[in-house]
Amino acid sequence: MRRRKAVGSWQLAVGSYARFVSFSVIYFVVVAVSFCSVDSVQAQQPSDPTFQQGVLPPMGFYAIRNARIVTVSGPEIENGTVVIRNGKIEAVGANVTVPSGAEMIDARGLRVYPGMIDAGTSLGLVEVPEGAPGTVDASEIGEMNPNAQALVAINPHSAHIAVTRVNGVTTVLTMPEGGIISGQAAIINLNGTTPREMAVVPQAALVITFPRAAGRRAEFIAEQQGVTNLAQAIEAANRQVEQLRKLLRDAEAYGRAQDAYAHDKNLPRPSQDVVLASLVPFVRGERPVVIRADRESEIRAAVRFAEEMRLKPIILGGDDAWKVASFLKEHNVPVIVTGTLDLPLREDDYYDTLYTNAARLQQAGVRFCISSGFTNSETNSQVRNLPFEAGMAAAFGLPKDEALKAVTLYPAQIMGVADRLGSIEAGKMANIVVTDGDLLEARTHVRYLFIEGRQLPLTSRHTELYEQFKNRR
Amino acid sequence: MRDKIKRLIVFTISLAMFSAINPVHGQTRTPDNQAEQRREAPTETLIRNATVLTISHGTLQNSDVLIRRGKIAAVGQNLKAGGGARVIDATGKYVMPGIIDCHSHTMIDAINEGTVSVSSMVNVKDVLNPTDIAIYRELAGGTTTANVLHGSANSIGGQTIVVKLKYGRPASEFIFPGALPGIKFALGENPKRSNFPPLPGLQRRYPATRMGVEETIRDAFTRAVDYKKDWDDYRAAQKRGDKSVLPPRRDLQLEPLVEVLEGKRYVHAHSYRADEILMLINVANEFGFKVRTFQHVLEGYKVAREIAEHGAGGSTFSDWWGYKIEAYDATPYNTAIMMRAGVVVSVNSDSNELARRLNIEAAKMMKYGDLTEEEALKLITLNPAIQLGIQDRVGTIDLGKDADVVIWNGHPLSVYSRPETTFIDGEIFFDRQQDIARRADMERERAQLEQAEPNRPPAQGGTAPTIPRRRPSHDTDDEWDGGIDQR
Repeated sequence: MRRRKAVGSWQLAVGSYARFVSFSVIYFVVVAVSFCSVDSVQAQQPSDPTFQQGVLPPMGFYAIRNARIVTVSGPEIENGTVVIRNGKIEAVGANVTVPSGAEMIDARGLRVYPGMIDAGTSLGLVEVPEGAPGTVDASEIGEMNPNAQALVAINPHSAHIAVTRVNGVTTVLTMPEGGIISGQAAIINLNGTTPREMAVVPQAALVITFPRAAGRRAEFIAEQQGVTNLAQAIEAANRQVEQLRKLLRDAEAYGRAQDAYAHDKNLPRPSQDVVLASLVPFVRGERPVVIRADRESEIRAAVRFAEEMRLKPIILGGDDAWKVASFLKEHNVPVIVTGTLDLPLREDDYYDTLYTNAARLQQAGVRFCISSGFTNSETNSQVRNLPFEAGMAAAFGLPKDEALKAVTLYPAQIMGVADRLGSIEAGKMANIVVTDGDLLEARTHVRYLFIEGRQLPLTSRHTELYEQFKNRR
Repeated sequence: MRDKIKRLIVFTISLAMFSAINPVHGQTRTPDNQAEQRREAPTETLIRNATVLTISHGTLQNSDVLIRRGKIAAVGQNLKAGGGARVIDATGKYVMPGIIDCHSHTMIDAINEGTVSVSSMVNVKDVLNPTDIAIYRELAGGTTTANVLHGSANSIGGQTIVVKLKYGRPASEFIFPGALPGIKFALGENPKRSNFPPLPGLQRRYPATRMGVEETIRDAFTRAVDYKKDWDDYRAAQKRGDKSVLPPRRDLQLEPLVEVLEGKRYVHAHSYRADEILMLINVANEFGFKVRTFQHVLEGYKVAREIAEHGAGGSTFSDWWGYKIEAYDATPYNTAIMMRAGVVVSVNSDSNELARRLNIEAAKMMKYGDLTEEEALKLITLNPAIQLGIQDRVGTIDLGKDADVVIWNGHPLSVYSRPETTFIDGEIFFDRQQDIARRADMERERAQLEQAEPNRPPAQGGTAPTIPRRRPSHDTDDEWDGGIDQR
């Protein structure tokens, strides 16, 4: 199933000018570009630290025994067994009969958790953000790039992948950035030798940066357009919203025209347009749209816009979400909270304004999850610190079990993959982390790691550099 | 005349309002009542029944800490305080020394004098902004002392200063008494300006390579040695009564370097790659000075032995990596390797954000390299104190040391813990309950300000406001105050 979807994604993956190019040329360009980008990234890496290049470890048959199992979806099992087979969790419980042939893992004194999920990264798209532009593939030219697909440019051999997963983050939403429509995000497991092997959902969400009248981008536009006061800046932002509205309406019309033609070949054949085509599932509300918005007014505007356009919105960022919690609850819009460990937006905000954001959303019954934050460039190297974002939220009022859910089950639910990920339940994908302590504590060590039932070594570029130099005298 | 009186009244009222709402985060402080508060502040504080992480002599259960006149007067069980002492029941809570951040740009209104390659004539002491809200936020994270550094745009940067984060006080009261001042050096990509295009209309600045960085430092110290000799000769002549020798012309650029040569000023050297670390060690050995700390020092693990032999400290990020090419060989095991090679290591922030939670940065080192609890805690207390030469004053909970202590609601190495109260010199500079109690007043004040004339929309008689600008976040090393966002 997911392989078939992935093939589709390769065919649709094109740049912003693609609508002017014929389809076959596009396909060629995409394939060529993807080869080039992989080559250049590899050339930048002094030595590739990922293990067994080109070979995936097998989906094994394991029984993790005598462990404290933190299922997340249900009660904790004080002393139980998890059976992993064919990439899935086959059984979990206190009294599971261990089938013969399973490799036994004695986890006495250890805890078993589902792998963590970060729904706000650009992992795989950026290797070195500064000084190595050849390794940066996060942001396309132009304002509207709905057909730029993260999955196309994910480098499976990025050193960031192993560095992140050995800390227990096994799955991420990785997304393009920049412009108004940045592109399409993919949900990937942090293991695989090709993007398609990594993909859980190749085209998981459309990413929109909601236009705003202030901030870095708005300042840039203001300078370009000679805008000097707030009223003009708001007008400029409104013009961008209008631009966005028009494109989405065009996509609706495009979808209707194509459908009509499919039913009745006597109609005039509508011309193909890859940009509009890529938007159709999103304007029809079949797939979610992640909208970056931090301030109160932007969040309200983004939600209203999404409702007007009948999109399926998810707010990304949400620094001010606590201020509009009842509004978000009322409109049933979830939030990917990225700013827990950011400095508060305003100088007169309380010192703990963002530390308490998640707790307030939880108290208000808003659906939320916690992400390490998709602000820009430097964030990829911080994805491994996802658990400490949740930990800080817990230090400031979020119940501990909710903090854990905020980086496991909740992101899975918000991204629509909770049938496969986010908890330890029979039938789910075996993304499992075995630790010697609380998963969210900085001092905790990961002892075993499984992604899709494949046991992975706890090595990364960082452990290898350690091994190389620790005994130098 | 009537107009004049009216204006005078308006002026008086606004003056009164201004002093009333002096935004010390809700603490209504005028110079007068500030002095009054200080007079009223108890000279003794007894923190009772806490778990005390002394850093120097282990963890004491159910113990008390007695603070008298700004110093730690006693540590033990069943201590008695005098009448009028502030007594805090810390049952179930933890007490540790205030956190020391060995790399900060908090509270300076400019970071980089980036127009020249040797900017040793400038001093961050001249641009301390005591109202920087980042100070308060860091206090709320248990940080009490910061090594405030010039940026890294130049091979030899500006002069630096150690401060105690006494939010609400004038800048002069922040300066850590007796702490040796420093100077910032920088190696690698930032002084080369390799990631920063030149300002429009300007040529690219020398140096552009690591060769040029070395040459720039060598050239400056060659001149400094000559300059020192001129003064030594002059002073010798004075001493023997020879009035014929004229005093050398003062050189404000070279004076700080002479202080380095004389051991009166610490060198804090921003560095990434192993080769450049060795380069500076060689230059320093040649000219006979010491590098006090290598800052960032992400490849320190590759040359840990050489750093230890030179006697330099390592002040590093816990786990930053990969954000530029020279950070691509970083590993969070850097701390463990350097420490085991005999380097005194601290974990720093270089960020107003990270300086709020250095406890977690320390805790990570138990994951990466299996440091013990005490070793991890030293990274943000005793070790940075040693690096800054202030270990006799701060960094541990010991008799006679400054009462810079923090009460935590749980073990400070746990992500679930947060500071409750932060003391500097025995005075409370952050208290969570007080902070929360002030919030109703803050809300009222905010509402009043929003009603003020400049914030009124045009329809109600106001003028269209300008576009809100982001407040420049002067908190990272490579921010250059050249008027243009260099990123």
